[in-house]
Amino acid sequence: MNAWRQPGFWLTFLLVLVGGGAALVTRDSTLRELVFTLLMFVALSSSLNIMLGYTGYVNFGHIVFFGLGGYAGFYLISQHGWPLYTAALVGGCVSALIAALLGAAILRLRGAYFALATIGINEAARAFVINFGPFGGPTGMFINFSAYQAYGGAMQALWTTYTLLLVVTLAVVVTSYMVKHSRFGLGLMGIREDEDAAMVMGVKAPNFKNIAYIISAFFPGIIGTLFFFKNGNVEPGDAFRLHMSIEMLVMVMLGGNGTVLGPVLGAVGYERLRGFLLTSPLFKNLHLAFAGLALLLIVLFVPAGVVGWLRSRFPALRKVLV
Amino acid sequence: MILQVDKVIKRFGGLQALTDVTFDLPEGQILGLIGPNGAGKTTLFNAINGVYPPESGRVIFRGKDITGLPPYEVARSGVARTHQVVRPLNELTVLENVMVGACFGREGHSRASAARVADGVMERVGLTARAGQLASSLNVAQKKRLELARALAAHPYLLLLDEVLAGLNPTEIEAILDTIRRIRDEGVTILMIEHVMQAVMSVSDRLIVLDYGMQIAEGTPQEVANDPQVIEAYLGDPKLAERLLAE
Repeated sequence: MNAWRQPGFWLTFLLVLVGGGAALVTRDSTLRELVFTLLMFVALSSSLNIMLGYTGYVNFGHIVFFGLGGYAGFYLISQHGWPLYTAALVGGCVSALIAALLGAAILRLRGAYFALATIGINEAARAFVINFGPFGGPTGMFINFSAYQAYGGAMQALWTTYTLLLVVTLAVVVTSYMVKHSRFGLGLMGIREDEDAAMVMGVKAPNFKNIAYIISAFFPGIIGTLFFFKNGNVEPGDAFRLHMSIEMLVMVMLGGNGTVLGPVLGAVGYERLRGFLLTSPLFKNLHLAFAGLALLLIVLFVPAGVVGWLRSRFPALRKVLV
Repeated sequence: MILQVDKVIKRFGGLQALTDVTFDLPEGQILGLIGPNGAGKTTLFNAINGVYPPESGRVIFRGKDITGLPPYEVARSGVARTHQVVRPLNELTVLENVMVGACFGREGHSRASAARVADGVMERVGLTARAGQLASSLNVAQKKRLELARALAAHPYLLLLDEVLAGLNPTEIEAILDTIRRIRDEGVTILMIEHVMQAVMSVSDRLIVLDYGMQIAEGTPQEVANDPQVIEAYLGDPKLAERLLAE
Protein backbone atom coordinates (compact mmCIF):
# COMPACT_ATOMS: atom_id res chain seq x y z
CA MET A 1 0.00 0.00 0.00
CA ASN A 2 1.77 3.14 -1.13
CA ALA A 3 -0.46 5.80 0.41
CA TRP A 4 2.65 7.94 0.76
CA ARG A 5 2.78 8.58 -2.96
CA GLN A 6 -0.88 9.54 -3.36
CA PRO A 7 -1.72 13.26 -3.60
CA GLY A 8 -5.24 12.54 -2.35
CA PHE A 9 -3.89 11.10 0.86
CA TRP A 10 -1.57 14.01 1.48
CA LEU A 11 -4.24 16.62 0.84
CA THR A 12 -6.44 15.25 3.62
CA PHE A 13 -3.57 14.44 5.96
CA LEU A 14 -1.90 17.85 5.65
CA LEU A 15 -5.23 19.63 5.98
CA VAL A 16 -5.70 18.05 9.40
CA LEU A 17 -2.04 18.37 10.38
CA VAL A 18 -1.73 22.05 9.44
CA GLY A 19 -5.16 22.97 10.79
CA GLY A 20 -4.48 21.17 14.04
CA GLY A 21 -0.80 22.10 14.30
CA ALA A 22 -1.43 25.85 14.03
CA ALA A 23 -2.62 26.08 17.63
CA LEU A 24 0.43 24.14 18.83
CA VAL A 25 2.78 26.52 17.08
CA THR A 26 1.07 29.76 18.14
CA ARG A 27 0.20 28.47 21.66
CA ASP A 28 -3.05 30.39 21.28
CA SER A 29 -5.52 28.89 23.77
CA THR A 30 -8.62 30.39 22.10
CA LEU A 31 -7.63 28.79 18.83
CA ARG A 32 -6.91 25.55 20.67
CA GLU A 33 -10.41 25.41 22.14
CA LEU A 34 -11.97 26.11 18.77
CA VAL A 35 -9.89 23.53 16.93
CA PHE A 36 -10.35 20.95 19.69
CA THR A 37 -14.05 20.81 18.85
CA LEU A 38 -13.33 20.74 15.13
CA LEU A 39 -10.80 17.92 15.43
CA MET A 40 -13.17 15.97 17.62
CA PHE A 41 -15.91 16.12 15.02
CA VAL A 42 -13.49 15.42 12.17
CA ALA A 43 -12.39 12.24 13.95
CA LEU A 44 -15.92 11.22 14.96
CA SER A 45 -17.43 11.74 11.53
CA SER A 46 -14.47 10.12 9.76
CA SER A 47 -14.85 7.04 11.93
CA LEU A 48 -18.61 7.04 11.36
CA ASN A 49 -17.89 7.19 7.63
CA ILE A 50 -16.29 3.73 7.76
CA MET A 51 -19.74 2.29 8.55
CA LEU A 52 -21.97 4.84 6.87
CA GLY A 53 -19.93 5.68 3.80
CA TYR A 54 -17.90 2.57 3.02
CA THR A 55 -20.18 -0.19 4.28
CA GLY A 56 -23.51 1.58 3.68
CA TYR A 57 -24.97 0.95 7.13
CA VAL A 58 -26.70 4.00 8.59
CA ASN A 59 -25.66 4.24 12.22
CA PHE A 60 -27.64 6.61 14.45
CA GLY A 61 -25.82 5.38 17.53
CA HIS A 62 -22.23 6.38 16.83
CA ILE A 63 -22.26 8.64 19.90
CA VAL A 64 -22.76 5.53 22.07
CA PHE A 65 -19.15 4.55 21.44
CA PHE A 66 -18.02 8.06 22.35
CA GLY A 67 -20.13 7.94 25.51
CA LEU A 68 -19.43 4.43 26.75
CA GLY A 69 -15.74 4.44 25.81
CA GLY A 70 -15.38 7.88 27.33
CA TYR A 71 -17.14 6.74 30.48
CA ALA A 72 -14.89 3.71 30.78
CA GLY A 73 -11.71 5.72 30.25
CA PHE A 74 -12.86 8.48 32.58
CA TYR A 75 -13.76 5.92 35.24
CA LEU A 76 -10.20 4.56 35.17
CA ILE A 77 -8.69 8.03 35.42
CA SER A 78 -10.96 9.47 38.09
CA GLN A 79 -11.59 6.41 40.27
CA HIS A 80 -8.40 4.42 39.81
CA GLY A 81 -5.84 7.08 39.02
CA TRP A 82 -4.82 5.62 35.65
CA PRO A 83 -2.77 7.85 33.36
CA LEU A 84 -4.67 9.45 30.48
CA TYR A 85 -2.80 7.56 27.76
CA THR A 86 -3.62 4.03 28.85
CA ALA A 87 -7.10 5.00 30.02
CA ALA A 88 -7.90 6.46 26.59
CA LEU A 89 -6.61 3.34 24.89
CA VAL A 90 -8.73 1.15 27.17
CA GLY A 91 -11.69 3.44 26.45
CA GLY A 92 -11.20 2.72 22.76
CA CYS A 93 -10.92 -0.99 23.39
CA VAL A 94 -14.10 -0.98 25.48
CA SER A 95 -15.96 0.68 22.61
CA ALA A 96 -14.50 -1.81 20.15
CA LEU A 97 -15.55 -4.70 22.37
CA ILE A 98 -19.08 -3.32 22.69
CA ALA A 99 -19.22 -2.97 18.92
CA ALA A 100 -18.11 -6.57 18.51
CA LEU A 101 -20.87 -7.81 20.79
CA LEU A 102 -23.53 -5.48 19.41
CA GLY A 103 -22.53 -6.15 15.85
CA ALA A 104 -22.95 -9.88 16.26
CA ALA A 105 -26.58 -9.17 17.13
CA ILE A 106 -27.71 -6.18 15.07
CA LEU A 107 -25.57 -6.45 11.95
CA ARG A 108 -27.89 -9.22 10.84
CA LEU A 109 -30.39 -6.46 10.24
CA ARG A 110 -30.28 -4.44 7.08
CA GLY A 111 -31.34 -1.01 5.92
CA ALA A 112 -33.91 0.80 8.02
CA TYR A 113 -34.05 -2.01 10.59
CA PHE A 114 -30.37 -1.64 11.41
CA ALA A 115 -30.76 2.13 11.66
CA LEU A 116 -33.70 1.75 14.07
CA ALA A 117 -31.77 -0.70 16.23
CA THR A 118 -28.91 1.80 16.59
CA ILE A 119 -31.33 4.45 17.92
CA GLY A 120 -32.55 1.97 20.50
CA ILE A 121 -28.98 1.29 21.57
CA ASN A 122 -28.38 4.96 22.26
CA GLU A 123 -31.33 5.07 24.67
CA ALA A 124 -30.36 1.75 26.24
CA ALA A 125 -26.79 2.93 26.88
CA ARG A 126 -28.00 6.13 28.51
CA ALA A 127 -30.42 4.21 30.74
CA PHE A 128 -27.67 1.76 31.68
CA VAL A 129 -25.24 4.49 32.71
CA ILE A 130 -27.86 6.43 34.71
CA ASN A 131 -28.52 3.31 36.76
CA PHE A 132 -24.95 2.05 37.04
CA GLY A 133 -23.53 2.88 40.48
CA PRO A 134 -19.78 2.65 39.75
CA PHE A 135 -20.17 5.26 36.99
CA GLY A 136 -21.84 7.67 39.43
CA GLY A 137 -25.39 7.11 38.24
CA PRO A 138 -27.30 10.18 37.06
CA THR A 139 -24.76 12.64 38.52
CA GLY A 140 -21.76 11.13 36.76
CA MET A 141 -18.14 11.46 37.88
CA PHE A 142 -15.54 14.20 38.14
CA ILE A 143 -11.78 14.42 38.34
CA ASN A 144 -10.15 15.86 41.42
CA PHE A 145 -8.39 19.02 40.27
CA SER A 146 -5.13 17.87 41.82
CA ALA A 147 -5.03 14.97 39.37
CA TYR A 148 -3.93 17.41 36.65
CA GLN A 149 -0.68 17.96 38.59
CA ALA A 150 0.64 14.75 37.09
CA TYR A 151 0.44 16.42 33.65
CA GLY A 152 2.29 19.58 34.70
CA GLY A 153 -0.76 21.51 35.89
CA ALA A 154 -4.21 22.07 34.46
CA MET A 155 -3.02 24.35 31.68
CA GLN A 156 -0.40 21.91 30.45
CA ALA A 157 -2.95 19.06 30.69
CA LEU A 158 -5.18 20.90 28.22
CA TRP A 159 -2.31 21.15 25.74
CA THR A 160 -1.42 17.51 26.23
CA THR A 161 -5.01 16.47 25.62
CA TYR A 162 -5.15 18.62 22.54
CA THR A 163 -1.94 17.11 21.14
CA LEU A 164 -3.24 13.62 21.77
CA LEU A 165 -6.50 14.47 20.02
CA LEU A 166 -4.56 15.74 17.01
CA VAL A 167 -2.57 12.49 16.88
CA VAL A 168 -5.75 10.41 17.17
CA THR A 169 -7.47 12.46 14.46
CA LEU A 170 -4.52 11.92 12.13
CA ALA A 171 -4.68 8.21 12.93
CA VAL A 172 -8.38 8.16 12.05
CA VAL A 173 -7.72 9.88 8.72
CA VAL A 174 -4.89 7.46 7.91
CA THR A 175 -7.07 4.49 8.90
CA SER A 176 -9.94 5.81 6.81
CA TYR A 177 -7.66 6.11 3.78
CA MET A 178 -6.09 2.70 4.30
CA VAL A 179 -9.45 1.00 4.72
CA LYS A 180 -10.89 2.65 1.64
CA HIS A 181 -7.95 1.68 -0.56
CA SER A 182 -7.50 -1.85 0.72
CA ARG A 183 -8.90 -5.17 -0.39
CA PHE A 184 -10.99 -5.09 2.78
CA GLY A 185 -12.42 -1.72 1.75
CA LEU A 186 -13.29 -3.04 -1.68
CA GLY A 187 -15.28 -5.77 0.02
CA LEU A 188 -17.04 -3.21 2.23
CA MET A 189 -18.02 -1.15 -0.79
CA GLY A 190 -19.27 -4.29 -2.48
CA ILE A 191 -21.50 -4.84 0.56
CA ARG A 192 -22.68 -1.24 0.36
CA GLU A 193 -23.70 -1.57 -3.27
CA ASP A 194 -25.33 -5.00 -3.13
CA GLU A 195 -24.69 -7.21 -0.14
CA ASP A 196 -26.14 -10.37 -1.69
CA ALA A 197 -24.24 -9.96 -4.94
CA ALA A 198 -21.05 -9.31 -2.96
CA MET A 199 -21.53 -12.53 -1.00
CA VAL A 200 -22.05 -14.45 -4.23
CA MET A 201 -18.71 -13.05 -5.38
CA GLY A 202 -17.08 -14.35 -2.21
CA VAL A 203 -17.14 -11.40 0.17
CA LYS A 204 -17.55 -12.79 3.67
CA ALA A 205 -20.07 -10.09 4.52
CA PRO A 206 -20.87 -10.96 8.16
CA ASN A 207 -17.20 -10.75 9.18
CA PHE A 208 -16.46 -7.71 7.06
CA LYS A 209 -19.35 -5.76 8.55
CA ASN A 210 -18.33 -6.71 12.07
CA ILE A 211 -14.74 -5.63 11.55
CA ALA A 212 -15.82 -2.33 9.99
CA TYR A 213 -18.13 -1.71 12.95
CA ILE A 214 -15.30 -2.45 15.40
CA ILE A 215 -12.82 -0.14 13.67
CA SER A 216 -15.45 2.55 13.46
CA ALA A 217 -16.20 2.23 17.21
CA PHE A 218 -12.60 2.12 18.47
CA PHE A 219 -11.70 5.76 17.84
CA PRO A 220 -14.78 7.39 19.43
CA GLY A 221 -13.92 5.57 22.68
CA ILE A 222 -10.49 7.22 22.74
CA ILE A 223 -11.91 10.62 21.81
CA GLY A 224 -14.59 10.35 24.50
CA THR A 225 -11.95 9.76 27.16
CA LEU A 226 -9.93 12.76 25.97
CA PHE A 227 -13.01 14.97 25.82
CA PHE A 228 -14.25 14.13 29.32
CA PHE A 229 -10.73 14.34 30.75
CA LYS A 230 -10.47 17.85 29.35
CA ASN A 231 -13.89 18.77 30.77
CA GLY A 232 -13.04 17.29 34.17
CA ASN A 233 -16.43 15.64 34.56
CA VAL A 234 -18.81 13.32 32.78
CA GLU A 235 -22.56 12.90 33.07
CA PRO A 236 -25.09 10.84 31.13
CA GLY A 237 -26.66 13.90 29.50
CA ASP A 238 -23.29 14.90 27.97
CA ALA A 239 -22.24 11.44 26.92
CA PHE A 240 -25.28 10.23 24.97
CA ARG A 241 -26.71 13.07 22.99
CA LEU A 242 -28.68 11.54 20.14
CA HIS A 243 -28.62 14.82 18.26
CA MET A 244 -24.83 14.62 18.10
CA SER A 245 -25.15 11.31 16.28
CA ILE A 246 -27.47 12.98 13.81
CA GLU A 247 -25.17 15.96 13.42
CA MET A 248 -22.32 13.56 12.64
CA LEU A 249 -24.47 12.04 9.91
CA VAL A 250 -25.06 15.54 8.54
CA MET A 251 -21.30 16.18 8.54
CA VAL A 252 -20.54 13.00 6.63
CA MET A 253 -23.33 13.60 4.13
CA LEU A 254 -22.43 17.26 3.70
CA GLY A 255 -18.77 16.60 2.96
CA GLY A 256 -19.19 13.45 0.95
CA ASN A 257 -20.38 10.04 2.06
CA GLY A 258 -17.78 7.35 1.38
CA THR A 259 -14.85 9.66 0.70
CA VAL A 260 -11.81 10.24 2.94
CA LEU A 261 -11.78 14.01 2.58
CA GLY A 262 -15.55 14.49 2.78
CA PRO A 263 -16.11 13.93 6.50
CA VAL A 264 -13.15 16.22 7.27
CA LEU A 265 -14.59 19.09 5.23
CA GLY A 266 -18.12 18.31 6.35
CA ALA A 267 -17.19 18.34 10.03
CA VAL A 268 -15.31 21.62 9.77
CA GLY A 269 -17.97 23.23 7.59
CA TYR A 270 -20.90 22.16 9.69
CA GLU A 271 -19.21 22.92 12.99
CA ARG A 272 -18.23 26.42 11.87
CA LEU A 273 -21.75 27.04 10.67
CA ARG A 274 -23.15 25.78 13.94
CA GLY A 275 -20.82 28.10 15.84
CA PHE A 276 -22.16 30.97 13.80
CA LEU A 277 -25.78 29.96 14.31
CA LEU A 278 -25.37 29.46 18.06
CA THR A 279 -23.95 32.95 18.51
CA SER A 280 -26.44 34.69 16.29
CA PRO A 281 -29.47 35.94 18.25
CA LEU A 282 -31.85 34.97 15.46
CA PHE A 283 -30.85 31.32 15.08
CA LYS A 284 -29.43 30.30 18.45
CA ASN A 285 -32.42 28.13 19.35
CA LEU A 286 -32.85 26.83 15.86
CA HIS A 287 -29.52 25.27 15.04
CA LEU A 288 -30.88 21.72 15.23
CA ALA A 289 -33.76 22.64 12.97
CA PHE A 290 -31.11 23.87 10.61
CA ALA A 291 -29.24 20.56 10.85
CA GLY A 292 -32.42 18.73 9.91
CA LEU A 293 -33.08 21.05 7.01
CA ALA A 294 -29.47 20.73 5.82
CA LEU A 295 -29.71 16.92 5.88
CA LEU A 296 -32.95 17.05 3.92
CA LEU A 297 -31.52 19.36 1.28
CA ILE A 298 -28.31 17.35 0.93
CA VAL A 299 -30.13 14.06 0.54
CA LEU A 300 -32.49 15.60 -2.00
CA PHE A 301 -30.09 17.63 -4.11
CA VAL A 302 -26.46 16.59 -3.52
CA PRO A 303 -26.61 13.06 -2.12
CA ALA A 304 -22.91 12.62 -2.89
CA GLY A 305 -21.93 15.62 -0.74
CA VAL A 306 -19.43 18.34 -1.61
CA VAL A 307 -16.54 16.00 -2.43
CA GLY A 308 -18.72 13.55 -4.35
CA TRP A 309 -20.24 16.38 -6.34
CA LEU A 310 -16.82 17.81 -7.20
CA ARG A 311 -15.58 14.37 -8.21
CA SER A 312 -18.43 13.78 -10.63
CA ARG A 313 -18.34 17.36 -11.94
CA PHE A 314 -14.58 17.55 -12.43
CA PRO A 315 -13.21 14.07 -13.19
CA ALA A 316 -9.69 15.54 -13.33
CA LEU A 317 -9.86 16.12 -9.58
CA ARG A 318 -10.49 12.47 -8.76
CA LYS A 319 -6.84 11.77 -8.03
CA VAL A 320 -6.78 14.50 -5.42
CA LEU A 321 -10.23 14.27 -3.87
CA VAL A 322 -10.32 10.76 -2.49
CA MET B 1 -17.36 -35.46 -11.72
CA ILE B 2 -16.87 -31.84 -10.78
CA LEU B 3 -20.44 -31.35 -9.61
CA GLN B 4 -22.92 -33.89 -8.32
CA VAL B 5 -26.44 -32.77 -7.49
CA ASP B 6 -28.32 -35.45 -5.62
CA LYS B 7 -32.10 -35.40 -4.97
CA VAL B 8 -32.20 -31.68 -4.24
CA ILE B 9 -35.53 -30.42 -2.92
CA LYS B 10 -36.46 -26.79 -2.40
CA ARG B 11 -39.83 -25.44 -1.29
CA PHE B 12 -41.07 -21.88 -0.95
CA GLY B 13 -44.07 -22.17 1.36
CA GLY B 14 -46.49 -24.39 -0.52
CA LEU B 15 -44.60 -24.13 -3.78
CA GLN B 16 -42.39 -27.05 -4.65
CA ALA B 17 -39.67 -25.22 -6.56
CA LEU B 18 -37.32 -28.18 -7.01
CA THR B 19 -38.23 -31.86 -6.73
CA ASP B 20 -35.50 -34.47 -6.48
CA VAL B 21 -33.20 -32.81 -8.98
CA THR B 22 -30.31 -35.16 -9.64
CA PHE B 23 -27.52 -34.91 -12.16
CA ASP B 24 -23.76 -35.22 -12.57
CA LEU B 25 -21.60 -32.76 -14.40
CA PRO B 26 -18.25 -34.05 -15.71
CA GLU B 27 -15.32 -31.67 -15.75
CA GLY B 28 -14.85 -29.56 -18.87
CA GLN B 29 -18.39 -29.89 -20.20
CA ILE B 30 -21.05 -27.34 -20.93
CA LEU B 31 -24.38 -28.39 -19.48
CA GLY B 32 -27.41 -26.42 -20.62
CA LEU B 33 -30.35 -25.97 -18.29
CA ILE B 34 -33.58 -25.16 -20.05
CA GLY B 35 -37.24 -25.07 -19.23
CA PRO B 36 -40.24 -22.74 -19.28
CA ASN B 37 -40.40 -19.65 -17.06
CA GLY B 38 -40.82 -20.56 -13.41
CA ALA B 39 -39.46 -24.07 -13.93
CA GLY B 40 -36.93 -23.63 -11.10
CA LYS B 41 -33.75 -23.05 -13.09
CA THR B 42 -32.53 -20.03 -11.16
CA THR B 43 -33.65 -21.66 -7.92
CA LEU B 44 -31.39 -24.58 -8.78
CA PHE B 45 -28.48 -22.16 -9.16
CA ASN B 46 -29.37 -20.62 -5.81
CA ALA B 47 -29.46 -24.06 -4.22
CA ILE B 48 -26.06 -24.92 -5.66
CA ASN B 49 -24.26 -21.74 -4.66
CA GLY B 50 -25.82 -21.35 -1.25
CA VAL B 51 -28.17 -18.41 -1.72
CA TYR B 52 -31.10 -20.63 -0.70
CA PRO B 53 -29.97 -23.81 1.04
CA PRO B 54 -32.04 -26.78 -0.17
CA GLU B 55 -34.50 -28.51 2.17
CA SER B 56 -32.94 -31.85 1.44
CA GLY B 57 -30.54 -33.47 -0.98
CA ARG B 58 -26.86 -32.93 -1.44
CA VAL B 59 -24.60 -30.81 -3.63
CA ILE B 60 -21.09 -32.23 -4.01
CA PHE B 61 -18.49 -30.01 -5.63
CA ARG B 62 -15.07 -31.47 -6.40
CA GLY B 63 -15.69 -34.26 -3.93
CA LYS B 64 -16.66 -31.90 -1.13
CA ASP B 65 -20.16 -31.54 0.28
CA ILE B 66 -21.08 -27.86 -0.17
CA THR B 67 -24.79 -28.23 0.62
CA GLY B 68 -26.03 -25.27 2.64
CA LEU B 69 -22.68 -23.48 2.83
CA PRO B 70 -23.04 -19.69 2.68
CA PRO B 71 -22.53 -18.22 -0.80
CA TYR B 72 -19.12 -16.72 0.03
CA GLU B 73 -17.76 -20.13 1.04
CA VAL B 74 -19.08 -21.66 -2.15
CA ALA B 75 -17.52 -18.83 -4.17
CA ARG B 76 -14.19 -19.38 -2.41
CA SER B 77 -14.22 -23.06 -3.26
CA GLY B 78 -14.36 -22.20 -6.97
CA VAL B 79 -17.94 -21.60 -8.11
CA ALA B 80 -18.73 -18.29 -9.80
CA ARG B 81 -22.08 -17.17 -11.15
CA THR B 82 -23.77 -14.45 -13.11
CA HIS B 83 -27.23 -13.10 -12.34
CA GLN B 84 -30.16 -13.17 -14.70
CA VAL B 85 -31.21 -9.72 -13.52
CA VAL B 86 -27.87 -7.92 -13.58
CA ARG B 87 -26.53 -6.80 -10.22
CA PRO B 88 -23.72 -4.35 -10.87
CA LEU B 89 -22.08 -2.61 -7.91
CA ASN B 90 -23.36 0.71 -9.23
CA GLU B 91 -21.22 3.28 -7.48
CA LEU B 92 -18.00 1.38 -8.16
CA THR B 93 -16.15 1.54 -11.45
CA VAL B 94 -16.19 -1.32 -13.95
CA LEU B 95 -12.59 -2.09 -12.97
CA GLU B 96 -13.48 -2.22 -9.26
CA ASN B 97 -16.47 -4.46 -9.97
CA VAL B 98 -14.23 -6.96 -11.73
CA MET B 99 -11.59 -6.63 -9.01
CA VAL B 100 -14.16 -7.70 -6.39
CA GLY B 101 -14.51 -10.94 -8.34
CA ALA B 102 -10.74 -11.47 -8.40
CA CYS B 103 -10.12 -10.45 -4.78
CA PHE B 104 -12.76 -12.64 -3.22
CA GLY B 105 -13.05 -15.47 -5.71
CA ARG B 106 -11.20 -18.77 -5.69
CA GLU B 107 -7.71 -17.32 -5.89
CA GLY B 108 -8.26 -14.51 -3.36
CA HIS B 109 -5.97 -12.00 -5.04
CA SER B 110 -4.46 -8.97 -3.34
CA ARG B 111 -5.72 -5.65 -4.60
CA ALA B 112 -2.73 -5.07 -6.86
CA SER B 113 -2.79 -8.47 -8.53
CA ALA B 114 -6.59 -8.31 -8.74
CA ALA B 115 -6.19 -5.19 -10.87
CA ARG B 116 -3.97 -7.15 -13.28
CA VAL B 117 -6.41 -10.06 -13.44
CA ALA B 118 -9.25 -7.60 -14.02
CA ASP B 119 -7.39 -5.96 -16.90
CA GLY B 120 -7.05 -9.30 -18.63
CA VAL B 121 -10.67 -10.25 -18.11
CA MET B 122 -12.02 -6.88 -19.26
CA GLU B 123 -9.94 -7.18 -22.42
CA ARG B 124 -11.48 -10.56 -23.03
CA VAL B 125 -15.12 -9.51 -22.70
CA GLY B 126 -14.56 -6.14 -24.37
CA LEU B 127 -14.95 -3.77 -21.44
CA THR B 128 -11.44 -2.31 -21.41
CA ALA B 129 -12.62 1.02 -22.77
CA ARG B 130 -15.15 1.26 -19.93
CA ALA B 131 -12.77 0.41 -17.08
CA GLY B 132 -12.93 3.80 -15.38
CA GLN B 133 -16.66 4.33 -15.78
CA LEU B 134 -19.15 3.76 -13.00
CA ALA B 135 -20.97 0.46 -13.47
CA SER B 136 -24.30 2.31 -13.30
CA SER B 137 -23.45 4.11 -16.54
CA LEU B 138 -23.27 0.91 -18.63
CA ASN B 139 -26.09 -0.20 -20.91
CA VAL B 140 -27.77 -3.57 -20.43
CA ALA B 141 -25.55 -5.49 -22.85
CA GLN B 142 -22.46 -4.07 -21.18
CA LYS B 143 -23.82 -4.90 -17.74
CA LYS B 144 -24.34 -8.49 -18.89
CA ARG B 145 -20.71 -8.59 -19.96
CA LEU B 146 -19.73 -7.08 -16.62
CA GLU B 147 -21.53 -9.95 -14.86
CA LEU B 148 -19.54 -12.38 -16.96
CA ALA B 149 -16.27 -10.52 -16.35
CA ARG B 150 -16.74 -10.54 -12.57
CA ALA B 151 -17.42 -14.26 -12.60
CA LEU B 152 -14.40 -14.97 -14.84
CA ALA B 153 -12.10 -12.85 -12.69
CA ALA B 154 -12.63 -15.35 -9.89
CA HIS B 155 -10.96 -18.02 -12.08
CA PRO B 156 -13.63 -20.54 -11.08
CA TYR B 157 -13.63 -24.27 -11.66
CA LEU B 158 -17.36 -24.11 -12.25
CA LEU B 159 -19.18 -21.23 -13.88
CA LEU B 160 -22.95 -20.81 -13.46
CA LEU B 161 -24.32 -18.61 -16.25
CA ASP B 162 -27.87 -17.37 -15.78
CA GLU B 163 -29.23 -16.14 -19.11
CA VAL B 164 -26.17 -14.20 -20.23
CA LEU B 165 -27.54 -14.04 -23.77
CA ALA B 166 -30.97 -12.60 -22.99
CA GLY B 167 -31.59 -9.25 -24.61
CA LEU B 168 -28.49 -9.34 -26.81
CA ASN B 169 -28.54 -9.04 -30.61
CA PRO B 170 -27.31 -11.92 -32.84
CA THR B 171 -23.83 -10.44 -33.27
CA GLU B 172 -23.41 -9.99 -29.53
CA ILE B 173 -24.73 -13.51 -28.92
CA GLU B 174 -22.16 -14.94 -31.32
CA ALA B 175 -19.37 -13.04 -29.57
CA ILE B 176 -20.42 -14.24 -26.10
CA LEU B 177 -20.88 -17.83 -27.33
CA ASP B 178 -17.40 -17.70 -28.70
CA THR B 179 -16.09 -16.50 -25.34
CA ILE B 180 -18.02 -19.26 -23.55
CA ARG B 181 -16.52 -21.95 -25.81
CA ARG B 182 -13.04 -20.62 -25.21
CA ILE B 183 -13.60 -20.60 -21.45
CA ARG B 184 -14.70 -24.23 -21.69
CA ASP B 185 -11.62 -25.08 -23.73
CA GLU B 186 -9.48 -23.69 -20.93
CA GLY B 187 -10.96 -26.33 -18.65
CA VAL B 188 -13.72 -24.41 -16.90
CA THR B 189 -16.90 -26.42 -16.47
CA ILE B 190 -20.05 -24.48 -17.32
CA LEU B 191 -23.65 -24.84 -16.26
CA MET B 192 -25.82 -22.44 -18.20
CA ILE B 193 -29.46 -21.40 -18.09
CA GLU B 194 -30.58 -20.14 -21.45
CA HIS B 195 -33.74 -19.28 -23.32
CA VAL B 196 -32.10 -18.59 -26.66
CA MET B 197 -32.66 -22.15 -27.92
CA GLN B 198 -30.51 -22.12 -30.99
CA ALA B 199 -27.56 -20.83 -28.98
CA VAL B 200 -27.87 -23.25 -26.09
CA MET B 201 -28.37 -26.19 -28.48
CA SER B 202 -25.22 -25.31 -30.38
CA VAL B 203 -22.96 -24.71 -27.40
CA SER B 204 -24.05 -27.39 -24.89
CA ASP B 205 -22.60 -30.88 -24.63
CA ARG B 206 -25.67 -32.00 -22.74
CA LEU B 207 -29.01 -30.50 -21.73
CA ILE B 208 -31.30 -30.86 -18.75
CA VAL B 209 -34.91 -29.79 -19.01
CA LEU B 210 -36.79 -28.63 -15.92
CA ASP B 211 -40.54 -28.15 -15.72
CA TYR B 212 -42.36 -27.29 -12.48
CA GLY B 213 -39.20 -28.11 -10.56
CA MET B 214 -38.85 -31.60 -12.02
CA GLN B 215 -36.33 -32.93 -14.48
CA ILE B 216 -38.37 -34.06 -17.45
CA ALA B 217 -35.51 -34.83 -19.81
CA GLU B 218 -31.76 -35.11 -19.99
CA GLY B 219 -29.43 -35.88 -22.88
CA THR B 220 -27.69 -34.51 -25.91
CA PRO B 221 -29.31 -31.51 -27.60
CA GLN B 222 -30.73 -33.79 -30.37
CA GLU B 223 -32.25 -36.23 -27.92
CA VAL B 224 -33.82 -33.46 -25.89
CA ALA B 225 -35.18 -31.63 -28.92
CA ASN B 226 -37.07 -34.73 -30.02
CA ASP B 227 -38.36 -35.66 -26.60
CA PRO B 228 -42.17 -35.50 -26.61
CA GLN B 229 -42.30 -34.43 -22.96
CA VAL B 230 -40.05 -31.47 -23.72
CA ILE B 231 -42.15 -30.45 -26.69
CA GLU B 232 -45.20 -30.65 -24.51
CA ALA B 233 -43.66 -28.53 -21.78
CA TYR B 234 -42.75 -25.84 -24.25
CA LEU B 235 -45.57 -25.98 -26.79
CA GLY B 236 -48.34 -27.72 -24.94
CA ASP B 237 -49.49 -31.21 -25.89
CA PRO B 238 -48.97 -31.66 -29.65
CA LYS B 239 -51.45 -34.51 -29.74
CA LEU B 240 -54.09 -32.53 -27.87
CA ALA B 241 -55.62 -31.01 -30.99
CA GLU B 242 -55.78 -34.38 -32.73
CA ARG B 243 -57.40 -35.97 -29.71
CA LEU B 244 -59.93 -33.22 -29.40
CA LEU B 245 -60.82 -33.52 -33.08
CA ALA B 246 -61.19 -37.27 -32.81
CA GLU B 247 -63.67 -37.06 -29.94
